[in-house]
Amino acid sequence: MDPIALEIRNLRVYYDDFLAIKDVNLSIPKNQITAIIGPSGVGKSTLLRAMNRMNELVPGCRTEGEIFFDGVNIYDPKVDPVEVRRRIGMVFQKPNPFPKSIYENVAWGLRINGFRGSRSQMDEMVEQALRAAALWDEVKDKLHQSGLSLSGGQQQRLCIARAVALQPEIILLDEPASALDPIATLKIEELMRELKKDYTLVIVTHNMQQAARVSDYTAMMMLTSQGERSGTVIEFDRTKTIFTNPRDKRTEDYVTGRFG
Amino acid sequence: MKGYEVRFEPDLPRRQAVGRIWQGVALLAILMGIAVLLTLLVRVFLDGLPYLRPQLFTEFPSRFPDKAGLRSALQGSIWLMVLTALLSFPLGVGAGIYLEEFAPKNAITRFIEINIANLAGVPSIIYGLLGLGLFVRGLGLGRSLLAGVLTMTLVILPVIIVSTRESLRAVPASIREAALALGASRWEMVRDHVLVYSMGGILTGMILALSRAIGETAPLITIGALTYIAFDPRGPLDIFTVLPIQIFNWVSMPQEAFHRLAAAGIVILLAVLLSMNALAIWLRNRLQKRW
Repeated sequence: MDPIALEIRNLRVYYDDFLAIKDVNLSIPKNQITAIIGPSGVGKSTLLRAMNRMNELVPGCRTEGEIFFDGVNIYDPKVDPVEVRRRIGMVFQKPNPFPKSIYENVAWGLRINGFRGSRSQMDEMVEQALRAAALWDEVKDKLHQSGLSLSGGQQQRLCIARAVALQPEIILLDEPASALDPIATLKIEELMRELKKDYTLVIVTHNMQQAARVSDYTAMMMLTSQGERSGTVIEFDRTKTIFTNPRDKRTEDYVTGRFG
Repeated sequence: MKGYEVRFEPDLPRRQAVGRIWQGVALLAILMGIAVLLTLLVRVFLDGLPYLRPQLFTEFPSRFPDKAGLRSALQGSIWLMVLTALLSFPLGVGAGIYLEEFAPKNAITRFIEINIANLAGVPSIIYGLLGLGLFVRGLGLGRSLLAGVLTMTLVILPVIIVSTRESLRAVPASIREAALALGASRWEMVRDHVLVYSMGGILTGMILALSRAIGETAPLITIGALTYIAFDPRGPLDIFTVLPIQIFNWVSMPQEAFHRLAAAGIVILLAVLLSMNALAIWLRNRLQKRW
């Protein structure tokens, strides 16, 4: 087993009285890509968004349990979620660049987080982030055009660049390619493989081929029982094992396409 | 559907004819409104034509129609509008931001929200009475411009708050999430994104509220804005009058000449209103964000 980046213990997330995910225990390995798969409505995004405390922006959402990150429980009352979110970045399903220039999309996060470099240092940081997101060559001549002028796939890479610029330790990706065409999807997947050298990646995906292609580890989520609507992680292992030799019958049915 | 023998009787000519009739009715409805408006405009313009001359702007009101103008009323309206804008913009936009972005979603907040929505519909004379009691007498401001400004701010504040909130709400949740996921505080998100992208809508609402204020008469009459002001207002503590009150006064005079003066005043007021609305539309089209 690889070193651990994020240790989730007995996690439960409620929306008002509804228990959305229940008793999740999961260790996210460092510098690896972990995929979260499972049928719709099982709580994959809820689990992902628990990892950088984005859930609590939803009114009525309540989280129990612990998530240890760098030795600290991020749900400890002393921890400021704003700090957590800088260190654990997020990329969303639909590309959501700011309606500002490409440059400003990347620079803004740096600036609010207290980056006080000179103009040329900022330029350098922006270039590095765009290079890391494999976008630099496509945008270097139009940094001051709107981020919205880019194609969907480019916009998503801009969102990745924006997250990478803050030098987070973990990047969470919520179905990052589901709104993109196959070629743009392929680029995002290549990029993820590149990024895992420096970052820990967690990706939610509906697409099992995608999970099989890019991830090193896979967490399989299912509803705890038919009557209940709560989801949990039923199996977690190396992706190869999950797809070829799963322990749980339900995982096998799901990944072989017999269900879901 | 196999097995059913369906016989259609399209009767298309009749159905199309019915459609044309209703189209005609709808056209008539809009023509009626336009006709009334045009009659009003033409009538007012023709009546006021002889008095639409430079003296209208340079002369103070007078007993003699040929010497009368709306200099003090126009100045009063401009003062009132500028000061009301300066006061109501930060108050209204600030309250809108708090309610939409920061307030906890609980019963107290909902109670406040419902009340603000209701206040937007309260007849303006009620605000006039409040202004009379609170500003003119309570704070001892008298019949000053400042009392008028404070009263008018109360009149348009609910409108500004409601339109600010609507503009803020139009910024998609995905943009807010994007900002917060980058480690921004709530205020940083609002300051650099939500507020910036909704500024077009906020300013549009602001201008429309002000154009309401410039046409308001009832609350200002209630607080005692005078009609006969024969000097330029020197500051916010001076007594004052405004265009609609001057017009109202001229209309109520017996002499025909004053009615023509009133018509000229109406043309000026309409011109101000229309240019403010045009500015609002221009701003909206220019600053509007598409997602």
